[in-house]
Amino acid sequence: MSDTVTSETVIEVSGLGKQFVKDAVGIVALRDFDLTIAQGSFVTVLGRSGCGKSTMLNLLAGLTTPTSGTVSYRGRPVAGPRTEVGYLTQSDTLMPWRSVHKNVELPLEIAGVPAQRRTEHAAELIGKVGLEGFERHYPRELSGGMRRRVSLARMLAGDPETLLMDEPFGALDAQLRGELQAELLRLWADGGQTVVFVTHDIEEALLLGDRVVVLGPVGRIVLDRPIDLPRPRDADELRIDPEFVALHRELTAALREGAR
Amino acid sequence: MTAIQTVRLDRSWWGRHGGTATVWSLRALLVVALLVVWELTAERWFDITFTSKPSDIWTRLVQWHQDGTLWSNTWITVQEVVYGFLLGAAAGALTGFVLASARAFYQVLDPFIMALYAIPKVALAPLFIVWFGIGMSMKVLLAAATVFFLVFLNVAAGVREVDRGLIDAVRLMGGGRRDILVKVVVPSSMTGLLTGLKVAIPYALIGAVIGELVASNRGLGYLINDAAAQFDTAGVFATLVVLSVIAALLNLVVGLLDRRASRWKPLGEER
Repeated sequence: MSDTVTSETVIEVSGLGKQFVKDAVGIVALRDFDLTIAQGSFVTVLGRSGCGKSTMLNLLAGLTTPTSGTVSYRGRPVAGPRTEVGYLTQSDTLMPWRSVHKNVELPLEIAGVPAQRRTEHAAELIGKVGLEGFERHYPRELSGGMRRRVSLARMLAGDPETLLMDEPFGALDAQLRGELQAELLRLWADGGQTVVFVTHDIEEALLLGDRVVVLGPVGRIVLDRPIDLPRPRDADELRIDPEFVALHRELTAALREGAR
Repeated sequence: MTAIQTVRLDRSWWGRHGGTATVWSLRALLVVALLVVWELTAERWFDITFTSKPSDIWTRLVQWHQDGTLWSNTWITVQEVVYGFLLGAAAGALTGFVLASARAFYQVLDPFIMALYAIPKVALAPLFIVWFGIGMSMKVLLAAATVFFLVFLNVAAGVREVDRGLIDAVRLMGGGRRDILVKVVVPSSMTGLLTGLKVAIPYALIGAVIGELVASNRGLGYLINDAAAQFDTAGVFATLVVLSVIAALLNLVVGLLDRRASRWKPLGEER
């Protein structure tokens, strides 16, 4: 990919604010938030819980409307969800009455893809996330990690060019999380999507991102820096890499400062 | 990641069905014991004018079977139950679905619906007699009125408790209102519908029989009234036997519905 393409802006956020109304008070979740995401980049957003990360992603995805400010996608203001953007939420939103295969097919069904192509494409994606043989299972018959894989496959079925991910592996055990992180990186390397990945885990942020944005309360940006650790990154080797250790320290300090 | 492993087990017939077989034989034994005690003590300790006895009840059943009384009246009641159930369930499901989709409207109507629901349906019987006479339609409507509310409330609850996350998921896939309705709201309210149908089935029988008890000249409820008026306790018990057989068959249908609904239920809701 040439430089001119990679530096193109996909998402531009300026002066974004979001308030929720509860009784007579407005709860500010996000205030004066600015962010620019370049095409093909992997941006991790790091912040403690309650700092407005999820609110920000919901706004980027177009699920909710901002109280103030604008989000634009490729220069056009975002008015609602769009199929170019895939969003993997924190909780599972698989349809419990649909089998794995039917769940993965859903975005294609809505897009009006003919049944034959739908079946093939879904089968391919299920293979990609390593769930062959589970096509006919229902979500409740799967483990948490497998359900995450199904969600991932379903998101990819819509063939999005931008992925928004909200602590997608937060509820999994360390080993499974490592596997899925590696899988995500592999998919990203193949597909070249733009990724905005929200997490509260410093190590995950460093392992995955090209760039880390650290958020303080109500979405104040405490730190925004590129991560030049060479790829492919291996979690075990990275942990003893002096550069990684220095970055880890820097981010820990930033998180602590943000909390103040 | 490893797949779930299954191991073939070699179990004898007794190993697989022994538990069920024991339970069923104990049930049969209980029924037989009860009947024998009833039969033996009836004339000695109780006045059979009030309690009758199993052999008399059996004789009455055979007699009614031969002169056709049993079948013609059972058929009437069964028809009332089925029509009442179908009518009430269809109306309840449709209304529940439409009203719950219009959130604001439902909020306005909610207290009125609950008030109507709370009316004992027997209290409607006199009104229905004035409106529809004492024919079959009055019983059908009485059964339908009971079924309607049970199905309606369950469907409405199902529609209103649709997971917001699932709706958002469909919106993210570019789905419009129609997609949300077809892919999320309808299937997700199916559990509510099935629960409603399940609890409503016995109430259809109750509605029909109460209608017959209040005013009728045919049906099992009429048969009970008629027999009781003549102090024919054997006749009353014989009709009760038939009613409990019908109830048992209806419960069988409920069981089938239950099994059908449970495959994709969330883990926590399993028995």
